[in-house]
Amino acid sequence: MKRLIFILPIIAFAGLAVFLGLGLTKDPKELPSQLIDRPLPEFALPGIADTPETQPELAGFASASFKGEPRLLNIWASWCAACPQEHPVLERIAAEGFPVYGIAWKDKPEDSRRWLARYGNPYAGVAADEQGRTAIDLGVTGVPETFIIDKKGRVRFKQIGPISPEVWEGQIRPLMQQLRAEA
Amino acid sequence: MLAEIGHFALILALLVAAAQAVLPMLGAARGDAALMAFGRSAAGLQAALITIAFACLMILFGQADFSVALVANHSALSQPLPYRLAATWGNHEGSMLLWVLVLALYGAGIARFGDNLRATLQARILAVQAMISVAFLAFALFTSNPFARLSPAPLDGAELNPLLQDPGLVFHPPLLYLGYVGFSVTFSFAVAALMEGRADPAWARWMRPWVLAAWVPLTCGITLGSFWAYYELGWGGWWFWDPVENASFMPWLLGTALLHSAIVTEKRGALAGWTILLAILAFSLSLIGTFLVRSGILTSVHAFAVDPERGVFILAMIIGATGTALGLFALRAPQMKSGALFGSISRESGLTINNLILMALTAVVFLGTFYPVIMEAVNPANKISVGPPYYNLVFAPLSVPLLLLVTVGPMLAWKRDEAASVGRKLLIPAMLALGLFAGLSLWLGLDKAASAFGLALGAWLILGAGLVLGKRWWGAGGFSWRLVRTTPAATVGLALAHAGIGVTTAGIAAMSGFAAETILVMRPGETAQAGPLAVTMVGAEEVPGPNYRALRARFAVQQGGGERSLVSERRLYTVSGNQTTEAGIGVSIAGNQYVAIGDVQSDGRGQGLVVRIYWHPLVGWIWFGGLLMAMGGAASLSDRRFRIGAPQVRTGLAPALVPAE
Repeated sequence: MKRLIFILPIIAFAGLAVFLGLGLTKDPKELPSQLIDRPLPEFALPGIADTPETQPELAGFASASFKGEPRLLNIWASWCAACPQEHPVLERIAAEGFPVYGIAWKDKPEDSRRWLARYGNPYAGVAADEQGRTAIDLGVTGVPETFIIDKKGRVRFKQIGPISPEVWEGQIRPLMQQLRAEA
Repeated sequence: MLAEIGHFALILALLVAAAQAVLPMLGAARGDAALMAFGRSAAGLQAALITIAFACLMILFGQADFSVALVANHSALSQPLPYRLAATWGNHEGSMLLWVLVLALYGAGIARFGDNLRATLQARILAVQAMISVAFLAFALFTSNPFARLSPAPLDGAELNPLLQDPGLVFHPPLLYLGYVGFSVTFSFAVAALMEGRADPAWARWMRPWVLAAWVPLTCGITLGSFWAYYELGWGGWWFWDPVENASFMPWLLGTALLHSAIVTEKRGALAGWTILLAILAFSLSLIGTFLVRSGILTSVHAFAVDPERGVFILAMIIGATGTALGLFALRAPQMKSGALFGSISRESGLTINNLILMALTAVVFLGTFYPVIMEAVNPANKISVGPPYYNLVFAPLSVPLLLLVTVGPMLAWKRDEAASVGRKLLIPAMLALGLFAGLSLWLGLDKAASAFGLALGAWLILGAGLVLGKRWWGAGGFSWRLVRTTPAATVGLALAHAGIGVTTAGIAAMSGFAAETILVMRPGETAQAGPLAVTMVGAEEVPGPNYRALRARFAVQQGGGERSLVSERRLYTVSGNQTTEAGIGVSIAGNQYVAIGDVQSDGRGQGLVVRIYWHPLVGWIWFGGLLMAMGGAASLSDRRFRIGAPQVRTGLAPALVPAE
């Protein structure tokens, strides 16, 4: 009995070592989204266009429009350092025929416009979230982030950080194709 | 050239450490004095080699030699020289080099100051110490070589994070490392004692100064870290229960327990097994702290660049060191003599309860820190974090009985005591503290009773510390200067350290009960109220700095008739785009006035600056208490008792009786 007490520390330590080892295999920066398989939070955001009549794609959009076809919803900003890096991938996604919608987060509309004029506009629709309220509902932790929305308007996947060509080809494109095939 | 010299010195140090890990152990087993003496020389040589390596790296940083990858990545020409030098340990590779340097210096210390140690014990301690060295040197050389070259060399390096360009960074990590790594010595003492199958009073007496030598810098390091976070991070908090703060706090708690249990082993020969276990665990928790910071297993403000390969290496080291030591403990500790018996009311039992509570507190912090890791391992979708509410709920109530006991402990007699006689000694301080509690509760209102209790608890601790000195200074013939002069440094240390906890407790109680804050949008000319403060914004302007632009706001702060002007800045570092807040802090004994500015924002009445105003009563006491504790430890360390010969051990060298390992 007395011996058992002396063995206890090493048994407890062995248990801890197992958990520390398992912990090493995880990435602490990977934060799951609470929105997965839930409907997109409701929003109706204004656009960034100074003349909305001539630029309907910059006139803003609402969450209600995310029905009928799967879409990508990209959160970006003109002040974001990683966004130019992601930009060519977004252009490619748009060119492949997948609709990408963009929300400019905490950004002045004129800055957003200037950024799109400089790099080109891959977005089928652009809206502005100047106060960042919608981003809070979406659980945005930084830019860029991208949500994949299915035909029923539910969030199916969240990409934190820029979409790299590898992520697009290996993860997101297969998912989009699967979502298109869904009833 | 210097980089190669440093690299080569480090490789040589690894070889020396490898020999030091084996030969003295062999010498102790065979009773070969020459082999045992080799351990002492090797420890000195190893320390010299690592000092050369560290000096080389520091000179490289001083010269801004950007052909060394580490220098290029962590310093820039625009950085002032002191911060370029401090950048030596402001990164993973350099801080590992500091780690092994401190480790080797402690090893050399055992070789140099351990003359009065039993020769076999010293040899074994040095060998265990060298085993740890081998592991860490191999880690530094194979996974994080600080001397790796970069070709082509860039013209300028990357700037050090502006948050780290602060005097706090210069001292905070080295102090913490002195503490963490210092526990390697007690770990080696414990393992050597298990090998010898003997942990007697002499062993505990030899070990105690080393416990203090680790505990004092650790206390300073934690206090400094808390102070630095308070004034630099601009959140106005002094402790955040961040995983890495916890990683330094757990070895401190166990080190404190070890400090006390070693006294029992030294004076009464009891609790030897427990002392050994604490010594092993204190160092293990230091290692786990290192693991936490460098493996990226948890996210924290302190995290270094994440590298799972390093995590695997450190985890292997933890398993090797702690696993072996605890295995040895399971095997050997049951056979060790359990020492003298003691009554249920005695100094020994008081110290035992102290140890149990400290252990429980460590367990609380441990659970809070690792719960997320464990939950995630069980269910990967389960991402949680444990915050201050948990710690406030569990840690605070558990520490109250411990703090109550701190004053009682030193009044207890060894072996056996009577409740009545202890009660008589403590009657006056108890009445005073209770009176203070009742008075404060009535004056401040019953809803503040918890804070009043905390303040009274602080008074109880400070009175108790005074009582320790009083008991010593007033002999049978009344107060005598002779008794004051002959008071051992250790007694003064005890009083200082216990008073320090009292001061810290009072500070925490005041902060948790009476701190006030206001956050609002202000324009020049407006006045806002926060607790006893009336703050008027005098003006705001843009000012250029050497490598930043700043928005500077001036405030007039009125409190109880006095007025002070404070300046707060928000700096934008133009190169890296980092923003920092320089809060305006008005310091006084009664508390700090703290004003910090944020973004420009508009409210109903137009544009203004977001201003956070805090009143932090007695907050300085928290750090002053920490400083007092460290001073107490240092005083205790200076006690000449530790330098004169330990009590004579009856058996001399008995190598034949010691089984070979």
